[in-house]
Amino acid sequence: MFSRKLKDIIAGRLMLAAAVLSSMLVIIIAVALYLRAKPILDVKSIAELLLGSTWMPFQGEFGFFPFILGTLYVTLIAMVIAVPLSILSAIYLAEYAHENVRTKVLPVIDLLAGIPPVVYGVWGVLAVVPVISYIAPVIGNLGIPFLTVKGYSTGYSMLAGGIVLAIMVFPIIISISEQVLRAVPFDMREASLSLGATRWQTIKHAVIRIAYPGIAAAIILGFSRAIGETMAVLMVVGNVPNIPSSVFDSAYPLTALIANNYGEMMSIPLYDSALLLAALILMLVILFFTVAARLILIRIERRMAHG
Amino acid sequence: MDKRLEERLFKILMIVSLGIVVGSLFMVIAVIIWNGAPSLSISMMTQTPKGGYYLGKEGGILNAIMGSLYLAFGSVILALIISLPAALSLQKDYIGKTRLAYYIRLSLDVLWGTPSIVYGAFGFIVMLYFGMRASLMGGIIVLTILQLPIMIRSMEEVIKLVPYELKEASYTLGATRFETTSGVVIRQALPGIFTAVILAFGRGIGDAASVLFTAGYTDSLPRSLFDPVASLPLAVFFQLGTPFPEVQQRAYASALILLIIVLTLSIVSRYLSRKFTKNIIR
Repeated sequence: MFSRKLKDIIAGRLMLAAAVLSSMLVIIIAVALYLRAKPILDVKSIAELLLGSTWMPFQGEFGFFPFILGTLYVTLIAMVIAVPLSILSAIYLAEYAHENVRTKVLPVIDLLAGIPPVVYGVWGVLAVVPVISYIAPVIGNLGIPFLTVKGYSTGYSMLAGGIVLAIMVFPIIISISEQVLRAVPFDMREASLSLGATRWQTIKHAVIRIAYPGIAAAIILGFSRAIGETMAVLMVVGNVPNIPSSVFDSAYPLTALIANNYGEMMSIPLYDSALLLAALILMLVILFFTVAARLILIRIERRMAHG
Repeated sequence: MDKRLEERLFKILMIVSLGIVVGSLFMVIAVIIWNGAPSLSISMMTQTPKGGYYLGKEGGILNAIMGSLYLAFGSVILALIISLPAALSLQKDYIGKTRLAYYIRLSLDVLWGTPSIVYGAFGFIVMLYFGMRASLMGGIIVLTILQLPIMIRSMEEVIKLVPYELKEASYTLGATRFETTSGVVIRQALPGIFTAVILAFGRGIGDAASVLFTAGYTDSLPRSLFDPVASLPLAVFFQLGTPFPEVQQRAYASALILLIIVLTLSIVSRYLSRKFTKNIIR
């Protein structure tokens, strides 16, 4: 009897230790990155690093601005493409689609989430980049702002990165929004429908209004996935550190900066510090977004549990 | 606008959107098969790169295929050893309903969202600190960390679904929490645990940004845990980066191999979990 009890207690402790230690990794990673980023934070101000636009490691110039801009632009393009398509798909799956269709389409969208980033990168190089290099001069000469082309375009551009990223975040936004939409209580719909509203009016005025925070959370999670994506973007975005003015320009996102330069970063003073600071910035931004989105989703879950 | 017209318009928009989303999946698969299949050959999968391989000479990517399998199996086993007990301790019989569990879940969600390049950078720092060089061991450790949140969170979801009545029955018979957990809960949640493992395996075998720093790359098969090791995603990336069309062709074929592995895994796991679930009490 005694030994069974003892076994139970020891097993309980070990299980708890595994859970606590795994979750502590967030803090461990953040502290480790901070300690390695500290040398550069000691000699340069945060503003100088974030807003400086010269990147010359040999001269000790580390301005992250073009890279931050690159990350933001590529991510924004991805969201402009992905958000409407994903939300409309999620509404269709949750509100209109027959149960049969829904249970067949959702696993297919899950498959999309399982494809490795490198494969998306290859697809981008083969299918997206050539199309963009073909259409860029045509659209570029129309003189629309943000859609201009200087001379010609190789196709390796922010738009290519945005398209590849958009496809990678479809599954995240769709699966979470679809769950949130289906969690809206049915009597809300009944009330609206009984007043003579059409299905779409009901969705627009009742369902979306209730599901709105959850859809926002889905978008935030998609956004943070896009910000952190490395290989797929790196392969199609051109990797030129300039301040881009058109979607057909190349950009150089933060993630690509880290991945491309780790090899030589130990040979130049402060270079490793700068790159690890970039990793720390990425991590903190994503931490902030994930926590925000999760808090929204947890609240929705609780409200559902309490009826 | 007439409300019927608006309804019809939006319905069309929705169907078109869904068509684009689902269509993009098939387009990705079709483009990879179309470009990868012509240069896919048996020798590519059974040989390591010979001299001049990256200039278009003889050889294959056996080094990367084996490397990826070593990395993925090693990391999945390590991650399973840590994450199964961690997920079990999040049951409400243990700490499930406490404030602590709330923070553990939140922080695991943050980890799940953390980009793999950050894990790569972290792994790199740790390896520098201990004076290790890029190796199979380093890659396995980083991939384990990458897979932990995925495994714990998805296992917890299935463990939560085990009916409480079953546990009560076990408690009534005088079993301890541990006996109930190991004898009833794990057995009931087995299909879900299996699915979580496959999900993590797929993530591990496909990730490039984390192993770029930590596992290195080599043309030979690793002989020990401390040798650098090649991996499929990096093989795709490096071959695509060469200026030679023959080598780029092989990058497409390598991407196809990777895609086949990942898609097979997820289809098999779905089939198996459906088959296992038949014997589970709900």
